[in-house]
Amino acid sequence: MTRACALHAEEVSYEVERGRALLDKVTLEARPGETVGVVGPNGSGKTTLLRCVYGTLRPTRGRILLDGDDAAALHAKARARKVAAVPQDGGVGFGLTARQVAAMGRSPHKRFWEGDTARDTARVAEALERAGAAALATRPFESLSGGERQRVLVARALAQGPALLALDEPTNHLDVRYQWELLTLVRDLPATGLLALHDLNLAAYFCDRLYVLDAGRVVASGPPGEVLTEELLARVYAVRAEVRVHPRTGAPTVVYLPPGLEDARR
Amino acid sequence: MTAASGGAGPRTPAPGGTGPGTAASGGAGPETAAFRDHSVVAAADRSRWQTRRRARRWALALRSGRGTAVVCALGVVACALSVALVITVGQAGIGVADVWRVVAARLGGADAGLTPLREGIVWELRLPRALLAAVCGAGLGLCGAVLQSLLRNPLADPFVLGVSSGASTGAVSVVVLGVGGGALSLSAGAFAGAALSFALVLLLAHTSGGTTDRVLLSGIAAMQLFSALTSLIVFVSADAEQTRGVLFWLLGSLGSASWAEVAVGAGALALTLVVCLARAHALDAFAFGPEAAAALGVRVRRMRLTLLLVTALLTAVLVSSAGAIGFVGLVLPHAARAACGPAHRRLLPVTALLGAVFLVWVDTAARTLLAPRELPVGVATSLLGVPAFVLILHRGRRGRGAPGRAGAGL
Repeated sequence: MTRACALHAEEVSYEVERGRALLDKVTLEARPGETVGVVGPNGSGKTTLLRCVYGTLRPTRGRILLDGDDAAALHAKARARKVAAVPQDGGVGFGLTARQVAAMGRSPHKRFWEGDTARDTARVAEALERAGAAALATRPFESLSGGERQRVLVARALAQGPALLALDEPTNHLDVRYQWELLTLVRDLPATGLLALHDLNLAAYFCDRLYVLDAGRVVASGPPGEVLTEELLARVYAVRAEVRVHPRTGAPTVVYLPPGLEDARR
Repeated sequence: MTAASGGAGPRTPAPGGTGPGTAASGGAGPETAAFRDHSVVAAADRSRWQTRRRARRWALALRSGRGTAVVCALGVVACALSVALVITVGQAGIGVADVWRVVAARLGGADAGLTPLREGIVWELRLPRALLAAVCGAGLGLCGAVLQSLLRNPLADPFVLGVSSGASTGAVSVVVLGVGGGALSLSAGAFAGAALSFALVLLLAHTSGGTTDRVLLSGIAAMQLFSALTSLIVFVSADAEQTRGVLFWLLGSLGSASWAEVAVGAGALALTLVVCLARAHALDAFAFGPEAAAALGVRVRRMRLTLLLVTALLTAVLVSSAGAIGFVGLVLPHAARAACGPAHRRLLPVTALLGAVFLVWVDTAARTLLAPRELPVGVATSLLGVPAFVLILHRGRRGRGAPGRAGAGL
């Protein structure tokens, strides 16, 4: 987990059928070690973009470059050694314990029919520890709560030892404490982070740069302070909001305003 | 005393072991500590407690990644013993020693000193039948386990892709309609029907998007279609004698076992076992969906197609020689999961061995319980298997919450 990888999405499009594009020429860059957030309304293409990055989907046009190499040319396993993902759909697990689930993260590093080595075990234990899931290790995965599962899946991704970590709504199901712990962990990892997030305040605080997607296109990008404006929130999300830089965190902070509320500043 | 179960070191328990899967071994730590706290119990309770602890240690050893080779070796021995025992059981009144003398004679060359008829009963009837039962049990169990994981559905079994229904239609076409003009055997017809049905499923699944759900739904569609065709042919054309014969075959029968069938079945089983074992890690990942599997470096489409092809091939081979034997492929994988956990490196060989031993004994029961009449083995599998499975479900629930199944998710 000492590497970081540069990600460059080059005019990536994904069409389910001719004329219906979930992604439309999305260009995104994450420098090594950066934490980049992807925000946008439901159905704007955040998940599709992440899927293209971690390899579930193949872009219909455009390229994903990892350290300058076309990801499509990489063998699936080689790619999984570079890019780890925490997808939204957790799955059921068929009775695997949390530790076994996390240990799956080692599988891209394995050859044909190779068992777990002492090094794998150490890696998995470390990953569980870092994701705050060490105490869950022996529990069956399906007996865990949503937040606990999420932490185990993060541990699995960490066990992969990725240079790029893609997380789709990683704070779903997590209580405030674990939201902060998880995002702090991701930001402090040497690996590059790509996060799809709904919570704009978390995105503003933890991400170095944000990309705002709307209907499959990038409509704004840059540091959170430049991107998250009241005008943009009104345009993209159709909500009224106040954005202030918080005096203590120094990050832009969004407060949503109910539609009926009179404008307080006037 | 606790050192043996302490999960302290990644040691391979036997030479040639497949490596210490330490994934679950650390779980032994708190367990043994808890047992140590119990050491103040009265002496009367102590022996009971020790027995329980021993059982617990065995269970832990079985579920942890260690000792896969040991477990498999034990399974192979159990399977061989079962075959050796059941060939001594039967109506012909051949002594146990004579049976083994025949086998030894055939293997070694010396004369057994029995009449050719009696020798034939052992060598041409009982032994191939027991071996075919083992191959069928292992194959159906294996296919069931793989398909349940691949399709992410605990109700999947080897027949879920329409293979058995297609085989039935093929068999009925040969027997009742005389397709092939006598040149085609029942087995060959069944295999052709199975292949046709599976091809249809793949085509349907592919043209409708190729996702897991589509594969499953296409399989169900094919199953319904070919069942209806079978019923139609039987209803319209078959006489009473043919209907009986067809029904017996549909319910599964190992009565027609031959060495050729054993050889072909064993070959298909070996191929499928190797292909599936090589993808054990990928199958684990698949429990979390194609999405997660892809993120872990699994080439999802290719793997799904490969595994569907080999399991369908094996199922088709088995069904065409023994009919559609139910229960084994659906339930034994769950029993194996309850016993050894859901990790496929362990689960696949254990399911196969469990299936083999199970079917060898059930078939023996089927041919002896109502002797001289023979029970269709598919009937016996359920009659004898369901009570055993209920027991496993109960124990599994008491032991560690819900048994290792995804039923709740559906």
